[in-house]
Amino acid sequence: MQKLADLLIQKIPALQPVPVDFVYLGVQVVFALVMLMAFVAPFAGIVSWVERRIAARMMDRVGPNRVGPQGFFQWIADGIKSILKEDIIPTAADPILFRLAPYLVFAGMFAAFVTIPFSSGLIIADLNVGIFYLIAVTSIVVVGILMAGWASNNKYSLLGGMRSAAQIVSYEIPAGLAILVVVFLTGSLSIQDIIKGQGAYPWQWYLFDNPFMPVAFLSLFISSLAEGNRTPFDIPEAESELVSGYSTEYSGMRFVFFYFEEWANLYLIAAVGTALFLGGWQIPPEVKTWASALGGVVGFTLPHALEFATFFLKSAVIVFIIIWIRWTLPRIRVDQLMSLCWKYLTPFGFAASLGVAVWMVVFPQGVMSVRYALCAGAATIVLYFFYRVAYQVWYSRQPIHVNPFV
Amino acid sequence: MTLEQIQKKLAEFYKGIAIELIEGVKHPVTQAQTGDSCLVVPADKIKDICKTLKTIEQFSFDCLSNLTAVDRKDRFEVVYHLFSYKHRHSLTLKAVLPRDDSAHIETVEGVWSCANWLEREVYDLFGIKFDNHSDLRRIMLPDDWIGHPLRKDYKEEEDYHGISTTRPPLLS
Amino acid sequence: MELNTEEMLLNMGPQHPSTHGVIRFVVKTDGEVMSAAVPDIGYLHRSIEKIAEKATYNGFMPWTDRVDYLAAMNCNVAYAMAVEKIAGIEISRRAEYLRVIAMELNRIISHLLAVGSLGMDIGAYTPFVHALREREKANDLIEELCGQRLTYNYARIGGVIYDMTPNWDAKVLAFLEQFEPLLNEFDRLLTDAKILKKRLGGVGVVTAEEAINYNLVGPNLRGSGVKWDLRKDMPYSVYPELDFEVPVGTGEAGVLGDCFDRYNVRMKEMRESVKILRQCFERIPAGEYQVKVPKKIRPPAGDVYVRTESTRGDLGVYLVSDGSDKACRVKFRCGSFNAMSIVEKISRGMMVADLIAFIASLDIVAPEIDR
Repeated sequence: MQKLADLLIQKIPALQPVPVDFVYLGVQVVFALVMLMAFVAPFAGIVSWVERRIAARMMDRVGPNRVGPQGFFQWIADGIKSILKEDIIPTAADPILFRLAPYLVFAGMFAAFVTIPFSSGLIIADLNVGIFYLIAVTSIVVVGILMAGWASNNKYSLLGGMRSAAQIVSYEIPAGLAILVVVFLTGSLSIQDIIKGQGAYPWQWYLFDNPFMPVAFLSLFISSLAEGNRTPFDIPEAESELVSGYSTEYSGMRFVFFYFEEWANLYLIAAVGTALFLGGWQIPPEVKTWASALGGVVGFTLPHALEFATFFLKSAVIVFIIIWIRWTLPRIRVDQLMSLCWKYLTPFGFAASLGVAVWMVVFPQGVMSVRYALCAGAATIVLYFFYRVAYQVWYSRQPIHVNPFV
Repeated sequence: MTLEQIQKKLAEFYKGIAIELIEGVKHPVTQAQTGDSCLVVPADKIKDICKTLKTIEQFSFDCLSNLTAVDRKDRFEVVYHLFSYKHRHSLTLKAVLPRDDSAHIETVEGVWSCANWLEREVYDLFGIKFDNHSDLRRIMLPDDWIGHPLRKDYKEEEDYHGISTTRPPLLS
Repeated sequence: MELNTEEMLLNMGPQHPSTHGVIRFVVKTDGEVMSAAVPDIGYLHRSIEKIAEKATYNGFMPWTDRVDYLAAMNCNVAYAMAVEKIAGIEISRRAEYLRVIAMELNRIISHLLAVGSLGMDIGAYTPFVHALREREKANDLIEELCGQRLTYNYARIGGVIYDMTPNWDAKVLAFLEQFEPLLNEFDRLLTDAKILKKRLGGVGVVTAEEAINYNLVGPNLRGSGVKWDLRKDMPYSVYPELDFEVPVGTGEAGVLGDCFDRYNVRMKEMRESVKILRQCFERIPAGEYQVKVPKKIRPPAGDVYVRTESTRGDLGVYLVSDGSDKACRVKFRCGSFNAMSIVEKISRGMMVADLIAFIASLDIVAPEIDR
């Protein structure tokens, strides 16, 4: 961002008398707004459409397919409908907290997007405490949810809000431990540094660095699901038990804010997982030199575009897996959820960090054969999975021998 | 055990108590027995008899299959259908009560727990009171309902909390 | 310093996404753990038993559908059997087979919904939709048989109202052939899910003595380990000639008599129903499907109690006749009524989430409770 701001100051003489810090601030705010409107908001909307189509196909239905090609504009229609709805606030609800809660939830989620990189140069604020800031700021969501549960003046909402607060706060610990493992390997908290410490090829990713990293990745994935209130951890908004949990009394756009946060959080979970474990936006250096050598505007933008595409693709795979898990697994009960966090994930997280620390002392440069072995193992698992899918598809299409239409 | 055997054995336990066996109704043409036979027991001894029927080994009626009442214009009949999973025999018991608001009979809740709700239903719909019941209140109708619907002479109130119970005829 | 905590009085009201029908629970909870969940029924009381005293025997048949609309065929047949027993009417073999075919198909339909909505209450939304998809196919078959998808009004005093359409048996067999592998798929998706076993295992344990004492019937009783099925132990209609097994709960996910056992018994019962249907289609004789009965049936004055194995257990019909053409008293003794009465006792010390799972595993249908 700083380079871009310097370029702008050079090109636009009107900005030169303005103090440099203000220009930087202005550029950052403008890009934050652009990112919010051009990326986060459409992404949240599109992922809601994608989720509905994927869920429908898994349930042997079709999903929204009327509004626009393949139903693509369904989310726009939903957004417009929600804005046009009557703003109902229960009389006995706390007037300030009820209105404030959705905004807090939204702000907490969006403030974390500031440190998510899109490519090697496109990041709004490359803080040197990047990942730490991210975990800290997403905790504001807890305050918002608790507010929503309390201010609704509804016992079900209160139950949902309290369950959610307990869940999110508890699962910060395993998530933090898993992130700690990555910070050990990198030596820095900044997200760009973490990505720069990895490479483009799978054996250069942190996921396959040593045998403890997959454990940490799994722990991070499960904890992030729990923090994002996704099934199997969606008891705060368990439809069949609490109607809609903490968002029962909300309607119209305020209601949409809660779900906006949930969908945008999908990308946050995926982005953190990609950046920390799956190599982020790294593309092979040969491709990068070839792209920059094309010269001109293309040579300037193509490497960044390729990096963004890589990052987005890896995040999209993780988002798909999250959606897939939601529509397959039942939800677990509150006490089982707590015991999962404290009795299983936290000890695994501690074991992983201890293991990685010992590994780094014993093998300071890592062991390439271990990396190749882990890569090969992962590739085998992926191939076996696709084989099983093909088998199930074949099995479910057996011909029927009795012809009913004789 | 057949019905006659049950009646004989019960009579041994309860000497002096009138336990009648009423044969089931017969088909007018074929004279085959199509209805159920039952034992009529006096209403004040019902709990003792039920306890005997449950605990004595040869009876072992461990399941109360049905508890209901019939309004026979001149009397109430409380009907118990018992069943034994062990010996696979069933039994119908009837107790006759006078048909007025003071009809009451001892509860068998202590013998079979399912009698709790079944007796509440009988109280709700017929008005028969069950002595020593732990929680005798209406079950299906609202608590402030007036009248007992399954009686033959039941007349609905004009309205309930302001909601009228009749409707003007559709064709005038 | 003593913390002053109050118990929260929560109302799982008549409108709730997961009480199966219109029932209300008044729940006293301390956080997540309940101290009591008292059911409050009566929202669906339509006084069907009073109407039976005003309708003729034949004319009352559509009302019996509404006693339990998910197992409507069984209610029809139970009432028809009661009237036929006391009036001494014998029906033809073909009518018996047709009734059994319809009842077993109804059993599959009802269990699919029970199992699917149990999954949905636990949070697995996909198996519910898959179960409904199969149910749609079966509903289409039944619609071809009797014209209705939910409240069938198929049995009559003296037989059934319509015969099979030509080729209907081939369609049902085709449906069954593709249904069994889908049951396997459903099993893999839901029954083998570890999370389901953790949610349902050890929850809502009903021991065999409690089950008999509270007169639980059907899959609820079999889930507690009591091997009792009216179709095998006190057979009626053509069941003595059919060969099938009676699944019993085994306590494999925790304790014998927990929610998982009841759920598993229902899954296995669907497979048994498929077996029964195939045998029925092989053995069904040609013949007439309705016997001549007088227009106004006047049974002799007496009473009769007939029990049949409905999908929710033993549906008993107690019919009292006084010689006229209208019944003096009809009582439906339904399995869900007693299942509701046990909720209060078992729910002490459970969590709210477990209460939902428990009610779903008892397969309670509200119209059966209130009639």
